[in-house]
Amino acid sequence: LENANPLIYRRSGERPVTAREEDDELPDSIDDREIFDILPGEEERAGPGQGRAGRGRWGRSAQLHSAFLNPAHLIRSINDPEHPLTLEELNVVEQVRVKVNDAESTVAVEFTPTIPHCSMATLIGLSIKVKLIRSLPERFKLDVHITPGTHASEHAVNKQLADKERVAAALENSHLLEVVNQCLSARS
Amino acid sequence: GQGLSRGDPMALSPGQGWSCRAVLGEGHQRTVRRVAWSPCGSYLASASFDATTCIWKRHEDDFQCITTLEGHENEVKSVAWAPSGTLLATCSRDKSVWVWEVDEEEEYECVSVLNSHTQDVKHVVWHPNQELLASASYDDTVKLYQEEEDDWVCCATLEGHESTVWSVAFDRSGERLASCSDDKTVRVWRRYKPGNEEGVACSDNEPTWKCVCTLSGYHTRTIYDVAWCHLTGALATACGDDAIRVFEESATGDPRQPTFALAAHDSAGPAVTLHCSASVLSTSVEAEPSRKKRPRVSFSRHMSLMARAVFPVSFLE
Repeated sequence: LENANPLIYRRSGERPVTAREEDDELPDSIDDREIFDILPGEEERAGPGQGRAGRGRWGRSAQLHSAFLNPAHLIRSINDPEHPLTLEELNVVEQVRVKVNDAESTVAVEFTPTIPHCSMATLIGLSIKVKLIRSLPERFKLDVHITPGTHASEHAVNKQLADKERVAAALENSHLLEVVNQCLSARS
Repeated sequence: GQGLSRGDPMALSPGQGWSCRAVLGEGHQRTVRRVAWSPCGSYLASASFDATTCIWKRHEDDFQCITTLEGHENEVKSVAWAPSGTLLATCSRDKSVWVWEVDEEEEYECVSVLNSHTQDVKHVVWHPNQELLASASYDDTVKLYQEEEDDWVCCATLEGHESTVWSVAFDRSGERLASCSDDKTVRVWRRYKPGNEEGVACSDNEPTWKCVCTLSGYHTRTIYDVAWCHLTGALATACGDDAIRVFEESATGDPRQPTFALAAHDSAGPAVTLHCSASVLSTSVEAEPSRKKRPRVSFSRHMSLMARAVFPVSFLE
């Protein structure tokens, strides 16, 4: 274990639902907190090609409401590969480092490895990327990179994560896919 | 088995007169990354993440895999036939470029393994009329290779891009090459021969390649492919921002400093930027529900047959 005593951060509470969000007539845009919070079960219901036809919005507001009511979360609750903790608890991901531009269909996530020589950095970045790929509408362009100045090999890791072909080929490796899926599974 | 295409063939261009004639399902175990027709049109090469390249022989609509080229250590990214039809090149994430020779008996032999790149090689392409090979790599460079005294060697390295070079294309004359990159630029390089009138220095009496134009500010994401039309001289790019762009060279430009502008329908019309809504094609392996995979097509010379692998842009000639 590289970092036997990581700092543990407090988890943020549930997001309060505003009156505007309750109104089914008004469109809900996707914002930073939503990426932080996304329900991990969404991708199983959606399935490839369904609900992702690039209609320009996240879907029916009913889906959003269920995200607020269900405490299971998206990138907050991705498990660290080594510690029995989530990326949020280790401060590897923070809401303030998630930037969403719904109108331009972009999502950028900066993640901070716990130590500068963390050998799990690529795996963590890959898990974040896979989670977003599985959960977001197809129209979104994703950028997952290391918080600048926080890792010795950040350029090399960022470059791999940005290479869609390398990501796709890596995920054809069943062992790696299994490890990623374990990071993404909900802990009971 | 996993084939060249499991997507709905009609989804590619409904109503355009294309019909699926064959599905080659028994050749590869993983994603098929690129396909290439031989110059004569009788053979199709398919490069795969399974580390092999299949050679298929066509007899009307029937295709037989006549040989499988093995040797790369991991994913093969590209395959290309030389204009002579007797040479083939492949490249891989194993950082190498392989040159293969084929004889009249359809026997393939590897004649060179080139280890010049320091990273994943994304693309290989042959010069239009010489046995000169170009490769594009994750190491941010383009390299050129030719045979010297019975050995294939790297004869030039084109540096300048600031990130992965995804593709390269020669112009009709072969005196210029265009490269496209993750750095969101297209660079045009020109070959200067020893004793050239511009006074560009050449070492070892070998030609030297210089970057004469950089197209920047047009693309907002990685540029995955570039094609140079041998009929009109136009450059086309395929970009991760879902657009295909066409650039035309300004007629009054200096050949040493050419300029390219986004093509317009007419002087008053908007520039041509074709936005594509990517249809989701199923990949050859469903290990992961796939996001958009842009269709890549390779047109045979005879224009009557098209092979599609999941993952480039090839210019109609």
